[in-house]
Amino acid sequence: MNFSDFEPVIGLEVHAELKTATKIFCACPTAFGAPPNTLCCPVCLGLPGALPTLNRRAVELAVRAGLALNCEIATLSRTDRKQYFYPDLPKAYQISQDPYPLCFDGGLSVGNGERERYVGITRIHIEEDAGKLIHTRNQTLIDCNRCGVPLIEIVTAPELHSAEDAGDFLRALRQILVTCGVSDCKMQEGSLRCDVNISLRKKGSNEFGTRVEIKNINSFAFVEKAIAYEARRQFDILAKGGDLQAETRRYNASTGKTELMRAKERAEDYRYLAEPDLPALSLSREDINAIAKALPELPRAKAARLTRAYGIVKADAEIIVSDPSLASYFEYAATYTEHPILLTGLLLTELLRYCHSDPFDPPVKAERIAEIATMLGEGTVNSTTAKKLVTRLVDGDFDPRATVETEGLAQIRDRETIMRTVNETLCENQKAVADYKNGKTAALRALQGHAMAKTKGLADPVLLEEIFKEVLSE
Amino acid sequence: MMQNGIVKRTLAEHRRALDGGEYTSRELTRAYLDTIEQREPSVGAYLTLDAERAMQAAREADERRALGIQKGALDGIPYALKDNFCTAGLRTTSASKMLENFVPPYDATVVARLREAGAVLLGKLNMDEFAMGSTNENSALGITRNPLDPGCVTGGSSGGSAAAVAAYEAPFALGSDTGGSIRQPAAFCGVLGLKPTYGVLSRYGMIALASSLDCVGIVTHTASDCAAVLSALIGKDRLDATSRTHPDPSFEVSGELPHLRVAVVRELLEGDEVSPAVVRSCKTAVELLRAHGAEIDEVSLPSPGSALASYCVLSAAEAASNMARFDGVRYGNRKADVSDLSEFYAQNRSEGLGEEVKRRILFGSYMLTREKRAMYYDRARAARCEIRERMTEILNRYDLIINPTTPTGVFKRGEKITPEKRRRADLCAVYASLAGFPAVSVPFGRDENGMPLGLHLTAAPFREALLLRVASFFEEVGE
Repeated sequence: MNFSDFEPVIGLEVHAELKTATKIFCACPTAFGAPPNTLCCPVCLGLPGALPTLNRRAVELAVRAGLALNCEIATLSRTDRKQYFYPDLPKAYQISQDPYPLCFDGGLSVGNGERERYVGITRIHIEEDAGKLIHTRNQTLIDCNRCGVPLIEIVTAPELHSAEDAGDFLRALRQILVTCGVSDCKMQEGSLRCDVNISLRKKGSNEFGTRVEIKNINSFAFVEKAIAYEARRQFDILAKGGDLQAETRRYNASTGKTELMRAKERAEDYRYLAEPDLPALSLSREDINAIAKALPELPRAKAARLTRAYGIVKADAEIIVSDPSLASYFEYAATYTEHPILLTGLLLTELLRYCHSDPFDPPVKAERIAEIATMLGEGTVNSTTAKKLVTRLVDGDFDPRATVETEGLAQIRDRETIMRTVNETLCENQKAVADYKNGKTAALRALQGHAMAKTKGLADPVLLEEIFKEVLSE
Repeated sequence: MMQNGIVKRTLAEHRRALDGGEYTSRELTRAYLDTIEQREPSVGAYLTLDAERAMQAAREADERRALGIQKGALDGIPYALKDNFCTAGLRTTSASKMLENFVPPYDATVVARLREAGAVLLGKLNMDEFAMGSTNENSALGITRNPLDPGCVTGGSSGGSAAAVAAYEAPFALGSDTGGSIRQPAAFCGVLGLKPTYGVLSRYGMIALASSLDCVGIVTHTASDCAAVLSALIGKDRLDATSRTHPDPSFEVSGELPHLRVAVVRELLEGDEVSPAVVRSCKTAVELLRAHGAEIDEVSLPSPGSALASYCVLSAAEAASNMARFDGVRYGNRKADVSDLSEFYAQNRSEGLGEEVKRRILFGSYMLTREKRAMYYDRARAARCEIRERMTEILNRYDLIINPTTPTGVFKRGEKITPEKRRRADLCAVYASLAGFPAVSVPFGRDENGMPLGLHLTAAPFREALLLRVASFFEEVGE
């Protein structure tokens, strides 16, 4: 048996926290990081007699996600109680949606080139988050701040077949949710969490193998690692002639392995009950159309448009659209320059080195970087100077064109001046000249470096090289 | 000390007396507290008295009146609450050991509205634990006796509410009605009990039994008292998503009796379970209506079997779900020193919850299991829809459905009631509950032992005004 004869069949269940100001069934704030149990009320604490009321903003954001992910939107759906006992669940049921989800039958294109594929989304439903348990040495405490924070659960069809597929999907999904303002998708704050369903089958087969669920993975990298590990683990069992058990596992980031949580025979029966405290959730076609109209341009469409409109390469366009703030920064800067390709270069290779915030928080005014791109395009400065100017702008704002003038940073493109510098350099570096003539072409680079230093880095590098070659070939 | 007679007055009479300075709210409140002191040893309606704060609220009402400020028709008038309405800072138990020491941090919406209207809360009333029962004998915290005969039960689950009003320990009381829990004890205690249209009164802060059936109910002596309380409580509540604005919010009970088309339910006047006195009294009532020009027809209520089954399954399924939060983790009965989580839950719940509650949790949970839900829960929901449709059909043709509130007179305390008899007894009330329609039980007639009987009237949604008008007619024509 060969591992390569098998393929994993993977479906994901992604929980994304909706970006609402208040919780899904009460008016408590959804803020992250507040002192424990300070963002609670009788409703989210599940006190006797308290009743939920549905936050329409949460519904709107969920519909937005559904539309962006090409789903059908139910004009009539309902909420259900998913019942189980756990100390982080104050009512002993989670209000979720069972048979009638808000969005269904969608999908999205993910990956590039060979790996580009369409992944079906079975359903998206709304639900409330549970609280957080804090385990100390001898007791467990409950923080109910997160109780009732609105979530959507996005369920994919079992149409992913590798760790990379899953990674592609999650990245594409994250981009869409962030672009649409549905969720911040901050995994470190738990606002995006992922369950993985994975089974193994012989390539070419249409059967499904025994399915294992890996719960609550909180980083894309871990999702990929968990899938890779789990596929191998399942193969090893099958290869030894063993049987796989349907079970729930967890990913242990420190060992890189998945571990058994519970066998599926002990799986809970959630005893779903139609939520009697909330009327059926109805949306008119007009409501849905209004939400659709307000949808922003989605990452794929935007990348295609940037490629078309600015002539930049697809890979760069994709980096730019991966962060909506970066994309709008780019488009704003592009209105100030005729040189969008040079702008892209400065943005992606220089500016991003100084910017590690998520979302992108521009350290330099868009007009400034555009001006540098223009000067670069005109030949007013060379690329070394352009990069230096970007770096200096990160430390503090100034007018780059004026600075180039007052500090004499303009590119030297005068043949005479450069010729003089070349000759001087050759005189001072006879050994390098000899090396070059003996076939050591690398010596030219050293000579160019010396000459460039003589001009304080201001020479036109193309012209400089040209003249060197001319003189040396004489 | 005021003459005790004043506690027998109607709300309108209290209002006039307060306005006219005949007595103050403090004197009125004191009169009820005195009555409570005299009657409680034999009645036992109250689980918690809040005399001090009641007197304080009464004083404030008097001060307002002295300044010419009035909050509404109930300003300065005392009342009492079934102990499943949350009251900020005042113990709320649902008559369960589970919540014996539970003090809510918030008021139920109806409580807040009464507070806002200036009404004076006297205390909290006994009930069947978590409103599960029909005799009040399922209370874990006390015994309530029928004020008209201490050997009899009060009915339930709002037995404390009916008994307190019947014993003049409060001029009105709120209770809850899921499948007759206001109407049946009202009938047994000889008072009027209204279950309004589902959603007309906010459920926010009322400890849930079966959320899709639960209604806040009102117990009073008269239809006009009931109308006054209802007026003070209606209005959509943004905290209860199922609450609704009343389209016809004037509940005038006086004036000419309108022309009525009345449907008499055949099944509820037949069979061995129905006592002759009940049949006699209901027929008398029908004849009185006929004599006043009403058109009377006999109708059959749709499929009694499926109505009862639907009610049993849905109410238990929802109850099981609503009871799940009582796990002892955040509040309620809590066993210390148990390290295993399942064991912790099991002990807290085993000790904290009574037999009937456990029975319904088991039954309801079973109905929702993966294997059984299609067979029971889904079918019960479908049956309910059908019943609502057919009730709507009947009430498109008739103004009222009339039947006895109960098939027999009041039970003796400790009397064994067979499950069959209990179900039959529920049947009179569950149609209105399943349909979400308003219904009232008005005292009319006597059983073989001279104890009161109730006449049960059901109308189409939001026709509380009609129900109260007809109830008032039966008060006038009397026994």
